Amino acid sequence: MKGNEAIAHAAIRCGCDGYFGYPITPQSEILETLAAEKPWETTGMVVLQAESEVASINMIYGGGGAGKRVMTSSSSPGVALMQEGIAYMAGAEVPGLIVNVQRGGPGLGTIQPSQGDYFQATRGGGNGDYYVLVLAPSSVQEMADFVDLAFELSFKYRIPAMILSDGVVGQVMEKVVLPPFKPRRTEEEILRECPWASTGRKGNRPINVITSLELKPEAMEKHNLHLQEKYKTIRANEVRYEEIQTEDAEYLIVAFGSAARIAQKAISDLRSKGIRVGLLRPITLWPFPTERIQQLSEQVKGILSFEINAGQMVEDVRLAVEGRCPVAHYGKMGGIVPTPDELIQALAKDFQINALNS
Amino acid sequence: MTEEIIISGFGGQGVLSMGKILAYSALMEGKEVSWMPAYGPEQRGGTANVTVIVSDERISSPIVSTYDTAIILNQPSLEKFEGSIKPGGTLIYDDYGISVPPTRKDINIYQISAMDAAAEMGNTKGFNMIILGGLLKVRPIVTLENVIKGLHKTLPERHHHLIPANEEALRKGMDIICIAQEAK
Repeated sequence: MKGNEAIAHAAIRCGCDGYFGYPITPQSEILETLAAEKPWETTGMVVLQAESEVASINMIYGGGGAGKRVMTSSSSPGVALMQEGIAYMAGAEVPGLIVNVQRGGPGLGTIQPSQGDYFQATRGGGNGDYYVLVLAPSSVQEMADFVDLAFELSFKYRIPAMILSDGVVGQVMEKVVLPPFKPRRTEEEILRECPWASTGRKGNRPINVITSLELKPEAMEKHNLHLQEKYKTIRANEVRYEEIQTEDAEYLIVAFGSAARIAQKAISDLRSKGIRVGLLRPITLWPFPTERIQQLSEQVKGILSFEINAGQMVEDVRLAVEGRCPVAHYGKMGGIVPTPDELIQALAKDFQINALNS
Repeated sequence: MTEEIIISGFGGQGVLSMGKILAYSALMEGKEVSWMPAYGPEQRGGTANVTVIVSDERISSPIVSTYDTAIILNQPSLEKFEGSIKPGGTLIYDDYGISVPPTRKDINIYQISAMDAAAEMGNTKGFNMIILGGLLKVRPIVTLENVIKGLHKTLPERHHHLIPANEEALRKGMDIICIAQEAK
């Protein structure tokens, strides 16, 4: 099954209440699969092709505001259009899931794979001091698994969650075990779990208002401090990463998503030549595994941040390393996906590994 | 066992479907598989290729630098991928689409006149299954039985009556593939 198809099936299976999206390559199979599966006839999940990405994200804002598990998906330029809505959701503390199957940019760019939206995903993209929780799947299995995880975290912290995938993971077909069926939450369950949601007031409960607007500076400062406190908690509790052969590593590659898969192949080739290289794969890009990279930087001779872009995550790696060891970046742009051999050459050049230059 | 395969030709030849059927068949045997298409605004006559990896172990990268086996169905694909075959690896090509034959000496080269055979059988759509049959003869990655199972999985039910014709095409490919050069 393709990564995109896995997202669609996982959404139906994890009790998603609604999907609102607009087609764009390379993620159109998500909407396509949902339309073919007709979940409105089985679980009651709504699937709607909106008139634009701006409409989609605002439908998510509305659905999430009512405590529903709702999602959208798009690719880079489409997600760029959604940034205003995402900032509103962050401000109003509305949960929801945004899937970005990245393609090359800037602008309309190309339909080929890229990881050029790392900054957009982890630095905001909309206005104000906010973060979204970003999960980076590197396999079709994780595309399936992260849908429910993203919803869980999004509702737990009332923060928009993003699955930052790319054209490779979206289009590749692999073996996948789909998650078990979980029913959609009932109205009573939503009322219990989301006392803040605007669900239609009955009885005497206080009025719930979903808004990101607050004109009194003191109140707005208080709200911002509350958000920052929440981000601190998420940083402390939700960092996720995978380590491969780091125990004895002399060099470390940091890579996420499809790049991490390419890096794994490069690492097994390098190890067969006696070069001890390990991989740290951030699974959450925000919160970033800063502390673990800090620790590893004490142990290795150099770190290479391998990304399919001009060098974005490398900034977070450098902030973690704080000069303790050399940090380099390797990547390609324009929709070109580097091969394992090209990564090996880059590593050999950056850290003058002579054994590889022969 | 890990077999890294590139299948490349014109859009419309069934390159992506052939890869998909191969991947599903390997899945039936309990193997790890990945299928990575070069996607784009594809159309009949444009170029199309797909990387299929079949392995007993977990597959790291679905994108690789070199291949164990290349199935080449037109001239531009030969020019693009001949140099990426591992020494001692396998190249299978249909002479119908090739005007300048391969020149590598360190690989096994097989030739299969699938286009002609498909026309003779009156089943031009069976072209890709003839090629797949040829592949399985020289690289028995999966059994014919599991390919038939793979076809059941990938073809929509309304096309299941075509499976016997596909099986015939697979067997034809196994018959007609011939070695053009052994690796030196």
